[in-house]
Amino acid sequence: MSRRTFPQREERHDDTLAFICRFTDRRTGGPYAPRGRHAIFRLKLAPLSATLLLAGCSGPHNWLSGAGREAMRIEALFWPLLIGAGLIWTAVMTLAVVAYRTAEKGGTERQVRAYVVWGGVVFPAVVLTGLLATGLLTLRGIAAQPAAHTVAVDGEQWWWRVRYEGPEGPVVSANEIRLPRGETVRFELTSDDVIHSFWAPAIGGKMDLIPGRTTQLTLTPEKTGSWGGICAEFCGSAHAQMLFRLVVMEPEAYARWLADEARPAQATGPGLEVFLDEGCGACHSIRGTKAQGPVGPDLTHFAGRETLGAGIRPVSRTALRNWIRYPEAIKPGVRMPGYPDMPDARLDRLVDYLMALK
Amino acid sequence: MTAFQDLPPPPDYDEARDRAQRERLMAVWHTPTGWRKFSAVNNEIVGRWYALTAFGFFVFAGILALMIRTQLAVPDNDFLSMELYNQVFTMHGTVMMFLFAVPIFEAVAIMVLPEILGARDLPFPRLSAFGFWCFLIGGVFVCGSILFGAAPAGGWFMYTPLSSDPEQTGIGTDIWLLGLSFIEVASIAAAVELIVGVLKSRPPGMRLNLMPLYCWYVLVVGGMILFAFPPLIAGDLLLEMERAFDWAFFDTERGGDPLLWQHLFWIFGHPEVYIIFLPSVALVATILPTFARRPMVGYSWIVLSAVGIAFLSFGLWVHHMFTTGLPNISLSFFSAASEAVALPTGIQIFCFLATLLMGRSVGSVPMLFTGGALAIFVFGGLTGVMVALVPFDWQAHDSYFVVAHLHYTLIGGMLFPLMAGIWYWYPFATDKTMSERLGRWSFWMMFAGFNIAFLPMHWTGVMGMPRRIWTYAADTGWGPINMVSTVGAFLFAAGFAVFAWDVLRPKRNQPPTRRNPWDAGTMEWAKEVPDKPWGCRSIPLITTRYPLWEQEDIVGQIDRGEWFLPDAQEGKREMIVTDILDGRPIFVQRVSGPTYKTLLAAMFLGACFILATFKLWLAAVLCGAGFTATILWWLWTATARIPEKEEKDCGRGLRLPVYMSGNASVGWWAMFITMVGDMTAFFGLVFAYFFFWTVHPEFPPEGTRSPAFSWLTLGMVLLVAAWVLVAGARRWNGQAKTGRARAALALAGLPALSGLGALAQACLVSGLDPTRHAFDATCWVLVLWLGAHLLAGFVMLGYCVARSWAGILTPRYDADLRNSALYWDFMLATSLLVYALLALFPLLSEGGVA
Repeated sequence: MSRRTFPQREERHDDTLAFICRFTDRRTGGPYAPRGRHAIFRLKLAPLSATLLLAGCSGPHNWLSGAGREAMRIEALFWPLLIGAGLIWTAVMTLAVVAYRTAEKGGTERQVRAYVVWGGVVFPAVVLTGLLATGLLTLRGIAAQPAAHTVAVDGEQWWWRVRYEGPEGPVVSANEIRLPRGETVRFELTSDDVIHSFWAPAIGGKMDLIPGRTTQLTLTPEKTGSWGGICAEFCGSAHAQMLFRLVVMEPEAYARWLADEARPAQATGPGLEVFLDEGCGACHSIRGTKAQGPVGPDLTHFAGRETLGAGIRPVSRTALRNWIRYPEAIKPGVRMPGYPDMPDARLDRLVDYLMALK
Repeated sequence: MTAFQDLPPPPDYDEARDRAQRERLMAVWHTPTGWRKFSAVNNEIVGRWYALTAFGFFVFAGILALMIRTQLAVPDNDFLSMELYNQVFTMHGTVMMFLFAVPIFEAVAIMVLPEILGARDLPFPRLSAFGFWCFLIGGVFVCGSILFGAAPAGGWFMYTPLSSDPEQTGIGTDIWLLGLSFIEVASIAAAVELIVGVLKSRPPGMRLNLMPLYCWYVLVVGGMILFAFPPLIAGDLLLEMERAFDWAFFDTERGGDPLLWQHLFWIFGHPEVYIIFLPSVALVATILPTFARRPMVGYSWIVLSAVGIAFLSFGLWVHHMFTTGLPNISLSFFSAASEAVALPTGIQIFCFLATLLMGRSVGSVPMLFTGGALAIFVFGGLTGVMVALVPFDWQAHDSYFVVAHLHYTLIGGMLFPLMAGIWYWYPFATDKTMSERLGRWSFWMMFAGFNIAFLPMHWTGVMGMPRRIWTYAADTGWGPINMVSTVGAFLFAAGFAVFAWDVLRPKRNQPPTRRNPWDAGTMEWAKEVPDKPWGCRSIPLITTRYPLWEQEDIVGQIDRGEWFLPDAQEGKREMIVTDILDGRPIFVQRVSGPTYKTLLAAMFLGACFILATFKLWLAAVLCGAGFTATILWWLWTATARIPEKEEKDCGRGLRLPVYMSGNASVGWWAMFITMVGDMTAFFGLVFAYFFFWTVHPEFPPEGTRSPAFSWLTLGMVLLVAAWVLVAGARRWNGQAKTGRARAALALAGLPALSGLGALAQACLVSGLDPTRHAFDATCWVLVLWLGAHLLAGFVMLGYCVARSWAGILTPRYDADLRNSALYWDFMLATSLLVYALLALFPLLSEGGVA
């Protein structure tokens, strides 16, 4: 597990799992790494340090990251459900063992009926009704809330087209979604090819992108940082490598960033010639240049993103060189053709240019 | 039972007579040996083949699972390529669900049901054999595709529009659609057989409420198959029409909708889960009383719960679609329904626990597996309650949490009880026992391996890992936990290997088991050791739920031939057919013996489907014709034969007719049940029509004319006329007006086919083009469906005329005609519905006549 991908810890959290996570994150250097509080928990929980807990509290895709209001509402369902399930399972198994060991105690038909009615009907009916009510209330709380921002996401094979509503019209980007902390965002989800599913587990639940219709999902990020997102519905060959980043920023920083993002590309240089010569512009757009291809991801501010290839490699010169030469080796099934024979010098100019697209 | 109060006493035992009777029975029920064994149709042998084949597919899919686990063990692994991985996980799900879980239920039921009912065989032994051969051929075809890298790769639920695009999903999807449709047809055939078996071939006196619980579950599951598989067949038809002929059903640009497939698939797919689960509950309900040494507590509770689950399971399908953006009101309804299904499940589990509590339990390997099943299944049920909550499902859906959940329910709810069942019935099927020591080893290895593999998977899901991904990066943190799962999976597989070795290892030197080795109470353990092919020596009067416990000396009476049908004087395979409700014997059914025709028919049908996959239409049509001819030959030579005498003495003063037609006969019931399933598939198409109507503001869309009203009405009148002629023919034949009946039958085809022509003309004159819009395609597919059925009906009419000419179909012996007429009753219903949909519904929705 690399530290690089951990979101930076920005503030103190007191959510449900924090005390366990603090313990496990001490080793991994994760966002919950302890700062001297609740030592008593650490002592008691020390023997429990199992791989499961260690793994269960870290990673950019974790449901229990507490990074979004919706994820936290669902987490608030999760723990009682898990503990309740554990108790019921233990009770049923204890009953089974006792029943098995009891040597013909007998018992009248009436007693047995009471047993079946209370254990098999009344108890589950009460519990399930309570759960259902809680579940539906949670659903009302997280579905289709009024939103301050709208972001359109279009699923493509196998990347994400993102369109923000900027102050001066739509701003197109790809594979990375930036959001202001603490503000509710409505995602308008569409697809032109096959069904995908938009899922950023740290922030909230998922929603499918279905050709022919627009689905909606509202999310309210609560922690700044860079979180993972991934396509959750099998969508063909390269489904496994259809990821995205969800970067949560302070609202002022977000506003500045969006204004920046709305501007056309600032970079110039000989690499642009290479870009156009090689025909990259047939698929990719770079606003402010002749490259206006509508097929692939918009590259206007490519180097300002954290990843390339739809969330699968960090943006770096090396990764970019490899990607342009051998995309199929990095992401089998990808639609982008490779350029294995491009001379080094030319490739360098192209990479220089792309890396300057901040 | 009043009918049996004054049975004459049995004749005194006479050894010579007993020996003579046994010799005659043996001559009749003898299983062919050597190569001829492949012509066998007897339930015990077909059931064994069926079970072994299903386990073969299980091992195949299990190896695929190990490949999946190996690939996922570490991040960025390259053990499997992306293409191969996508094929492997698709095939794992497909084979486990379609080639193992459902067929193994049918295999076990075919093997034990007749014996539990004290019947000699199932009512249609050749149908079981035909179903088995279809299953084998179709299964090998589907599985074999992966060796050529041509396996389906769209996931086992084959979502459109990925699967409807022939460029993205090549021949694999066609193999999936046609191969599985072929197997589904076989599954439905087996379900019809089992339903009729439970309803009509019970022993005398066994009223519905005395039926062993196992039979209740078979009945319920058979019924579920009948209503659940057809919608998928309808969906397969639509999808294959889009792939092969570009008909517009799922393409949004032409008015189609990909969600239609999800609805049709899950209307099948959710009941499917319970179709898999309930037969295993049935095994537990059979095994548990034996080892608790007392009858099951709460018989009626259990039956009602099983029926309740069956009903509820058809109202849950949308919980697989919680993330498709449906309105909150639908989500809430289906969430509530999904929670509610926990109730009947809970009742059954508590009845089992109460039985254990009140009995004096005996330890055994089957009980060990049952206990393991309980531990695993209850956990899977509890996570099921979690994912039924919509918000929770928004996180869990399509993540490894769901993968863990579904394996807990299926392996706890299906595989472990099945292993218990195999252990339990192994002595029944082979007269040998399995090793207690190996049994315990295999149980603990499998139990531990399973939990090591799948318990951590819940956390893999919590960490955000979606299912169906062939690779993941190290920085996701999913690596270590996946490694744990992989280790567990291999341990699980090793445990199963121990079990498989124990089943297959030669046991020639082992002495045969004693009779009824578990001291069970149900009829199948009355069988003799060594095994006899005839099942029950004489078919007893049943007055209790556990005859071997509660009816004194019943085994001795059966053995001495003191009960019904102790002999086979006429050299025919015979069984008693009883009334559905009270188990009153109605007549003696002569069932057919060994034949190769079933194998030949299955080969023709298989070839027809396989050739269609490769779009070799002419060859496919020829094989289809070969199939039809073989079926007619089979029916002509083996069914509804005129008996040599009217009545037969069955012993103990019971005289029964040996021929029945109409709703007393098993053939009529088979036709009725089959047609109910057929109508369900038709309703799948009707569902498609209304689904499109709800998603389109205008349906028919602007600029499209509905099929021409006048032609439709003409077609309808002609189809009604055809039905009138068929119904008349049945009546006239019954009144011995044979000439008039023949004329009506021969003529009925004319209005039927011209009526079909008129319906097609109605679509043609309105310019409906199935490749243009979903409306056109839906209208055409309804006409196509009706047309294919009318052609089959036409063949039946010809068959009846020919039988009448040949003197095999007479006013008294008219089973063929009665069954064909029943088919035509269903055709009338189908025609009226097509007319209502195409001609009348547009009047309502658009207020004008085209």
